[in-house]
Amino acid sequence: MTVASASGNDAAQSRPVPEGHVRLTIDGIEVDAPKGELVIRTAERLGIVIPRFCDHPLLDPAGACRQCLVEVEVNGKPMPKPAASCTTAVADGMVVNTQQTSQVADKAQQGVMELLLINHPLDCPICDKGGECPLQNQALKHGRSESRFVDKKRTFAKPVSISSQILLDRERCVLCQRCTRFSKQIAGDPFIELLERGATQQIGIGEQQPFQSYFSGNTIQICPVGALTSAAYRFRSRPFDLVSTPGVCEHCASGCSQRTDWRRGKVMRRLAGEDPEVNEEWNCDKGRFAFRYATASDRLTRPMVRDAESGELRETSWTEALRRAADGLLTARDSRGVGVLPGGRLTREDAYAYGKFARMALGTNDIDHRARPHSTEELDFLGASVVGTGPEDGVSYSSLETAPTVLCVAFEPEEESPIVFLRLRKAARDSGTRVFHLGQWDSPGVEKTTDIADSGSPIHSGGLLPCLPGGEAAALYELPSEVEQALSEPGAVLLLGERCAQVSGVYTAAMRLAERTGAGIAWIPRRAGERGAVEAGTLPTLLPNGRPVSDSVVRSGIERAWGVPEGSLPSIPGRELDGILAAAESGELSGLLVGGVDPDDLPDPEQARRALRAAGFVVSLELRPSGVTEHADVVLPIAPTVEKSGTFLNWEGRSREFEITIEGTGALPDCRVLDTLAVEMDVDLFTQTPTAVAAEIQRLGANPGARPKPPDIPAEPVVEPVGDKALLASWRHLLDNGSMQHDEPNLAGTARPPVARISRDTARRLGIEPHQPVRVSTERGTVALESEIVEMPDGVVWLPGNSGPAKVRSVLGAGHGTVVGLAAGPLPPPGGGPKSPEPDETAPGETVSAAVTNGHGANGHNDGANGHSAGGLGAAGHGPNGNGHTGTDGGVA
Amino acid sequence: MTEANASDGSAPERAAVSPLTPVLTRRWLSPESWSLRTYEQLEGYTALRTALSADPDQLIELVKTAGLRGRGGAGFPSGVKWGFMPKDRSRPHYLVINADEGEPGTCKDVPLMMADPHSLIEGCVIAAYAMRASTCMIYVRGEALHCIRRLHHAVREAYDAGYLGKNILDSGFDLDMVVHAGAGAYICGEETALLDSLEGKRGQPRLKPPFPAQAGLYSSPTTVNNVETIASVPYIVNGGSDWFRAMGREKSPGPKIFSLSGHVERPGQYEAPLGTTLRELLELAGGMKDGIPLKFWTPGGSSTPLFTADHLDVPLDFEGATEAGSMLGTTALMIFNETVSVPWAVMKWTQFYEHESCGKCTPCREGCFWLAQVLERMVDGRGTEQDIDTLLDVCDNVLGRSFCALGDGAVSPITSGIKYFREEFLALCESNRGQDTTEEPALAGVAR
Repeated sequence: MTVASASGNDAAQSRPVPEGHVRLTIDGIEVDAPKGELVIRTAERLGIVIPRFCDHPLLDPAGACRQCLVEVEVNGKPMPKPAASCTTAVADGMVVNTQQTSQVADKAQQGVMELLLINHPLDCPICDKGGECPLQNQALKHGRSESRFVDKKRTFAKPVSISSQILLDRERCVLCQRCTRFSKQIAGDPFIELLERGATQQIGIGEQQPFQSYFSGNTIQICPVGALTSAAYRFRSRPFDLVSTPGVCEHCASGCSQRTDWRRGKVMRRLAGEDPEVNEEWNCDKGRFAFRYATASDRLTRPMVRDAESGELRETSWTEALRRAADGLLTARDSRGVGVLPGGRLTREDAYAYGKFARMALGTNDIDHRARPHSTEELDFLGASVVGTGPEDGVSYSSLETAPTVLCVAFEPEEESPIVFLRLRKAARDSGTRVFHLGQWDSPGVEKTTDIADSGSPIHSGGLLPCLPGGEAAALYELPSEVEQALSEPGAVLLLGERCAQVSGVYTAAMRLAERTGAGIAWIPRRAGERGAVEAGTLPTLLPNGRPVSDSVVRSGIERAWGVPEGSLPSIPGRELDGILAAAESGELSGLLVGGVDPDDLPDPEQARRALRAAGFVVSLELRPSGVTEHADVVLPIAPTVEKSGTFLNWEGRSREFEITIEGTGALPDCRVLDTLAVEMDVDLFTQTPTAVAAEIQRLGANPGARPKPPDIPAEPVVEPVGDKALLASWRHLLDNGSMQHDEPNLAGTARPPVARISRDTARRLGIEPHQPVRVSTERGTVALESEIVEMPDGVVWLPGNSGPAKVRSVLGAGHGTVVGLAAGPLPPPGGGPKSPEPDETAPGETVSAAVTNGHGANGHNDGANGHSAGGLGAAGHGPNGNGHTGTDGGVA
Repeated sequence: MTEANASDGSAPERAAVSPLTPVLTRRWLSPESWSLRTYEQLEGYTALRTALSADPDQLIELVKTAGLRGRGGAGFPSGVKWGFMPKDRSRPHYLVINADEGEPGTCKDVPLMMADPHSLIEGCVIAAYAMRASTCMIYVRGEALHCIRRLHHAVREAYDAGYLGKNILDSGFDLDMVVHAGAGAYICGEETALLDSLEGKRGQPRLKPPFPAQAGLYSSPTTVNNVETIASVPYIVNGGSDWFRAMGREKSPGPKIFSLSGHVERPGQYEAPLGTTLRELLELAGGMKDGIPLKFWTPGGSSTPLFTADHLDVPLDFEGATEAGSMLGTTALMIFNETVSVPWAVMKWTQFYEHESCGKCTPCREGCFWLAQVLERMVDGRGTEQDIDTLLDVCDNVLGRSFCALGDGAVSPITSGIKYFREEFLALCESNRGQDTTEEPALAGVAR
């Protein structure tokens, strides 16, 4: 982009300045820089590092710390005073002299540094930032060795907690405002702000208004001093004792690059990695703080088999466990067959091994990784429109950033894919992208992508297109004309969320809309492994790399590649997850091979449990005890993400490869376990290592045949229910009861409180007061939550999917678009319910107020950490909900 | 200050022999001078009729020709500033009046608004018309409650009489006026901090560019003018640029309200042409109080470097004050006689800046904090000679390094005080001579 050359070079004099650039001189070096670039960046590209604190390339310039002062000459005239290089844009003919060539700049910088330190406590030896502190580094490089300050420093009480996970040490703060600017500009959560003035100016929060942002951890990372620290990491280690390993976040499909800092085999903290194409320099708090599930005390490390006599699982050797598993699976296969449920949290390589195992060792296409509500329409959509696409030819983060219009369909970006949310906000703020949301209410994520007022003139664009839950498909055919027009502009994008699978006809409607308008279309699943699993072929209709099962030509290609006889792979599309479970329950299938799946995530958790009980033989590959291991005949422990290598494909279809972070634990990736298991069954998968699998996937190449046909499902009209019935709208919070957030109380403290949202008219009709308990019930159970009145369609109640007592699937057996009962008032007192055949069993950590009134043990997900449940609220269900901790690959998250 | 119009009491009688030019202060002694009735009787709102019949650009040209310069301290040519406003009206234009008068010693705008609020309102309507603004905000210092009430009353009167609101005087021009009370922060006198404060945000200066004329209030084209500047406009419209230029000096024409305070016989507001000297003004004010000789004074508030008795004949206009090593500022002349200790006065001013520094930038926030402590220590007799060097060096690290001009103003009294009265600072350190420092460096954990 820019060519630097030594000054005095004749060739440089005659070289034309490139279009859109200016030519200036920094410390005697002539340089061309794009118009509008800040001097501090141009200098940096020349290798001249100007010290700075408030400057951050992804934040609007502030010019507050004054550390980056340089001398500037414009049009041959020196500017009267030093200029902040972080706020000064390059200009043609400008001459800049930094601390390297200007005494004035050097003295100005030394002066600012001395001033910054007069009120800084210099408690580096006990400061978390010590060793990686920009203030420390720059003070040693650009400051005086001794201070002339002999008077009294201003002091503050230290530290104060501004949320359950962020602690603020105001004495250390240099008031650069990076944290407040990040929260305002990037996250849109201006919960921290400058207070007071002069030397007593400080960062603070409002009364009763803590720093509840999903992105708060980023402020710790960009703080140039030790003013913001994490409650979980504080005083835990010194940066120079840590080993940093680059990796990829396993929590969602955003695909964040991350850095894991560990020592002596133990992860101490995680940070956002830098990837301008994906997460820039940010990540969400779940990605940053939720990692202790992998070292939970109940982690499975030894294989287990069910003891014939006691009926309990007992630890055993790999040899025995594999033998038992192979025998059982062979018997089941030869009886009525085995279904495979890999779960949505696998790497592409592990998923590939499941797919190959199902086809080669079990001879079946009964495989479905979608451990959540799903539909055949979705399956057809994935084959027709998603598989095989990538950031180069499909929708990507950068195309979101430049899109004129984005329509989110049944997709809640802030909760389901936080980095997509950040990028949408950036697009709306910086590029004027109109973001529309087809949903039910003006959630914080909707507001923050459509209503931006952090600086300059406020932006109001896009907005919510409200519809009844389940009415999304119909709504896509009847979009307001201005929205349809906006979507017709080149570069417009439709984003489809996981919830679409619960709405009949929505994929068809979206594809038709995309055809009409020319908009791009992208599918954003919630789980990190879903996109890779689609490519790996863990669906009943798809073989690896998008090859349709039913296409005999491509199938025989796979047979050759896998070295199996022509015609030996099953040719009939298999059952989907619900079909597999139904077949297992009815005895049409004899066995199940299950990866990281939590029954409570499945469309019908009760049916799932019945199926697991009924299946003749169940093998579970798990990290921690779960609702599946409870019924498993053989449990094989597998490695969490941090202990294995592999590749996640993020929602763009972008490969996110990562290496092993913690080595030598002896934990094996799923692909290795399946390979060995297959050997026991006399089948060679050749999936010993993720590297081998990746090479095989590479060798297979893209689908040489045609794509499967797109779905064609009409939109179903949705009728607003009457009386005491309502339509349930529901999606999950980012921070909830998910098992991968196990043992993170500080993180859980920043979860959004679970409430039931209804419209004013619905509330009036049913006599529901704001902030009073309401009961949402089905014939299966009842959830009670505090009400919140919001602007939303009448006859609708919104519940968080899996927060506190609101476990919509497991307690209600309901989902998005289900008709539920709605009434005012709390649950009946514990034990008082008429249908209470068994004594209550409350988990140790569970708050009493969120107790379950009947049924047994609808708990175990609630680690008692978030404590948002209000008095008298809770959940009541009949079905045994198990203790439901699944592992890395486990479902709830 | 509350007795606003009692100050230049004897001025009109002595007009024949004095250099006074009562223009803005002309009506201050009339009965109920603040009422619309009085204002209208004394030529009030006549300039408005003339102005509304003219082309807006003609008015801008008139103000340029008259050479009116901003009365808030910087002296920027007002006509040029108005000319920065875009001509198209794709976005609303705003006129904002800076009535946050907070500079220590300054007391001209509040008396003006108390005694003659309609002159400001008339000026606002003319200026808004010239700049194609349909909303005008007057940001008044929150402590001046009486003044705020009077302004509210005057604005109501003007609305009722049709000088504000829709279709003013059948010209088709609309203007709404909002009187906004600040919350008492010195920094909100800085124009961009004032705009943030008006928008309901924390009052801290904004990064420039963009300048207010491009993106000011609510990111729309905005001009911020001082009260005295805008109040001068009706007189220029009525009197013409030649009349205006007949007063004052070539580059600093027109009359100016000089606010004399401190050790003078008759402190108050004296409106005289720019370029009048302190010697002349002192004569008008009856000389130094009790005949005790002059020691030092500020030409334009505490942010302008001090002058001494040697500067009695410096012409007080923008160029004259600058050439003599200070600035005209707000023409707030604080006059101190020989009984006052310079280090003490400098300390008090520095304490003010420490208290009022907004905290945004390091040099001003930390510098004022440090300087105040050193000065307090010196005044307390615990200073050393080295402290004087430290003071000067810290001042050097603040001057021109801070985000806005507050930091520059904060060090003015210190550097000029030491420049002219170094021996007084030295005398305070007498008892500590020979000692390097009074205390060990304040490292955390070091036992004292």
